Amino acid sequence: MEPSFIKELQTIVGEQYTLSDRESLAVYGYDSTPELESKPGAVLLPGNADEVARIMRLCHGAGMTVTPRGSGTNLSGGSLSAGGVVVQTSRLNRIIEVDEENLTATVEPGVITSALHREVESRGLFYPPDPGSMNISTMGGNVAENSGGLRGLKYGVTADYVMGLETVLADGELLRTGGKVVKDVAGYSLNPLLVSSEGTLGFFTGITVKLIPKPQGKITMLAHFPVLQDAALAVSAIIAAKVIPATLEFLDKITIKCVEDYAHIGLPLDVDAVLLIEVDGHPVVIAEEAAAVAEICKKHRCSFFQTAQNPAEALKLTEARRTALSALARLKPTTILEDATVPRSCIAAMLQIIQASAKKYNVTIGTFGHAGDGNLHPTCLTDERDKDEIARAHAAFAEIFDAAIAMGGTITGEHGVGLAKKKYLPKLVGESGIRVMRGIKQAFDPKGILNPGKIF
Amino acid sequence: MDYVKLINCMRCGMCLPACPTYKETFLETASPRGRVALIRKLQEGELDQSERLLEYLSLCLDCQACASACPCGVNAGELVADFTCERKSDTGLGYMEDLILRKLVPHPDRLETSMVPIRMYQNSGLQKLVRTLGILKMFPKPLERMEGLLPPLPSQPLRQEINEITPAVGTERGTVGFFLGCVMSLIFSDASRATIKLLSSLGYKVITPRNQVCCGAPNMLGGDLAGLKDAAHTNIDIFAGYDVDYIVTDCGGCGAELKKYAHHLEGYAPAGAFSAKTRDISQLLALHADELAAKLRPLNKKITYHDPCHIAHCQGIRTEPRALLKLVPGLEYKELDAADSCCGSAGTYNITKPEMSDRILQRKLDTVRNSGAEILVTSNPGCLLQLKKGLADQLPNVKLMHLTEVLAESMEA
Repeated sequence: MEPSFIKELQTIVGEQYTLSDRESLAVYGYDSTPELESKPGAVLLPGNADEVARIMRLCHGAGMTVTPRGSGTNLSGGSLSAGGVVVQTSRLNRIIEVDEENLTATVEPGVITSALHREVESRGLFYPPDPGSMNISTMGGNVAENSGGLRGLKYGVTADYVMGLETVLADGELLRTGGKVVKDVAGYSLNPLLVSSEGTLGFFTGITVKLIPKPQGKITMLAHFPVLQDAALAVSAIIAAKVIPATLEFLDKITIKCVEDYAHIGLPLDVDAVLLIEVDGHPVVIAEEAAAVAEICKKHRCSFFQTAQNPAEALKLTEARRTALSALARLKPTTILEDATVPRSCIAAMLQIIQASAKKYNVTIGTFGHAGDGNLHPTCLTDERDKDEIARAHAAFAEIFDAAIAMGGTITGEHGVGLAKKKYLPKLVGESGIRVMRGIKQAFDPKGILNPGKIF
Repeated sequence: MDYVKLINCMRCGMCLPACPTYKETFLETASPRGRVALIRKLQEGELDQSERLLEYLSLCLDCQACASACPCGVNAGELVADFTCERKSDTGLGYMEDLILRKLVPHPDRLETSMVPIRMYQNSGLQKLVRTLGILKMFPKPLERMEGLLPPLPSQPLRQEINEITPAVGTERGTVGFFLGCVMSLIFSDASRATIKLLSSLGYKVITPRNQVCCGAPNMLGGDLAGLKDAAHTNIDIFAGYDVDYIVTDCGGCGAELKKYAHHLEGYAPAGAFSAKTRDISQLLALHADELAAKLRPLNKKITYHDPCHIAHCQGIRTEPRALLKLVPGLEYKELDAADSCCGSAGTYNITKPEMSDRILQRKLDTVRNSGAEILVTSNPGCLLQLKKGLADQLPNVKLMHLTEVLAESMEA
């Protein structure tokens, strides 16, 4: 990047918050996506929305690209920039307001998701989206990627909670969409467009989300299934019995073995699947729901079923799920975590395809994830230095994505398209889908300076 | 350096919210993930060993909170320390490093003698004069920092004063070799006296070998791996001369280092045996919680606990100190927010990186203030020095105590 342009950037955010040295640019060349790297030309950490607008105006005038970045936990390469300006939101980290009358919270984009959880829960309120990275990820990133999480089945995803956005557009102009009103049909609904736009349509500077009352109670249960099919059928039967658990998580045989090898928590190695189930809500209701879940699991031939009697026991039951990623990630240097998602009725079929693909391409894939909403995390354990194995892993995943599309599912449930899934998107949305998306991009960012090269 | 250790980092970022310097700066270069990447890119030849790169790495406290947070077992703090060691083994130690790490630290007598002028300085009234006149402003900043950190010294180092053998009270249940940390002996001798008292009252014969030397942690910190190995061999030989069931220390930093002798001298069986016998004092006391509880009298105070990094992150000890404090009747225990976040002491970090150290300390002091505690407990001399200074400046009514001092006081009360 031209030193004179860097100087101009410095006049906006200050020298301290303008990074352009070789070492800094090298470590801003990655996010959490395996294998992908690409170095930006400068990294800025603005301190307020006005600075963001001035950065956008300057870059727009100069035709310089801008890529928003939160904590860099993206899993599809969405926060990478090739030679452009990366704008990190970390300093925009104020929780501006928790409105207990309207049940909303308004935050800056750099607020850490779990910090918002703590703040609203201290007031008896609840912001449900809980992506696995919630202790690190930012609200801006969550909105841009439409992050999900463990509670997706019952409570939905980030998009279901975004009520209002304040967005700096590519030319530096401010766009306000939505607000605190529940009903709003004035013009096109732009919020859903901006949510999951992956930084390609605008830069969020203010986010207003919906809050709900915090559930009064929670019951945690764990079930082991010797036969995979039974676990999948139990999942469908639980939903069919009109019980919507807050958490309905699944671990497959490979994951179970890894967890047991690593954490020694007494998981049996002869079972095909473990389900972690949590129901939350009014104590009377959840007691009934828990009883129904127990009956269904037993009916579907679970070999073990336990209901936690206290928070300590609950914590113990969730341990297998909590340590799943660690246990898998320790085995090999490189961990490719995918998020192919299918209608929940197709979970069993999807698991079979994952296993078949892993076998066919001779790679190790452990699968865990959100069985309740069909969002699985097939996780390939590999080594980036073994180019042949990496190629086979990608071939296996290509098959898995094709299968997901064929089942009416999607190539990504919560990680986004970014760079990593670009080539699969046309298969899913077709030419018309890409054409409409390009049209929208053109309307928002005709010069194409916002996070270029992502999605399509 | 082992390349696999570097590529094991999957860049998930779980370490970011745990890292004190990232929390202060939000800079990737000041994060564990970024440090691993810097070393990796250096090894891969993408970066070279620039001043700036070394400066970025030097901001690491080596508190190892990142290791506790990492899902795949990467220890960025340790990787930075290992990198520093390897670099120093190439470039050699500087004159001052050689003087301190080789000629002073490994020799308890010299170390103790070096403190005599400080004791005289404090006792003669010279310190008061110097502070009043602000004379230190004329000297380099680090000297002023060091002066400010030093609490009044005991009249004599504990090592010179303590009996080599303290008999068990009542029936003897076993023998403990007491590893007396340098700073504990030189500055916090009351705490180590309390440790010995607790051990003997629980039926342990306590042997404190007088010829033991520094654990070697300062060498490691200065990148002097050879010096550390010398220290390890000396201490292993000395304690092998006694038939002890455990080697106990009340210094978190020493404990972490002693437990790593096995790693540093891999394949040397006596080192393995030495590390396997090493316990932090809280671990041994927790084994006898019921007996200890029976001896404790009420202390009606609000109390809180700061986890030293060397105890929580390096040794994984969190429950024992809290459980022990909760044994004391009348103590109202308040959990500190982010209790296991570094206080900014980190060896000599508070002298070499004063600005960052102060910011990290300020966060800690704010949490202490919010807890409403009247007593702040911790069990590592580095933390004690740092927090003593911080409390004196901002929270003079909060008393700072070592874990064993609280328990010993409750025994007397």
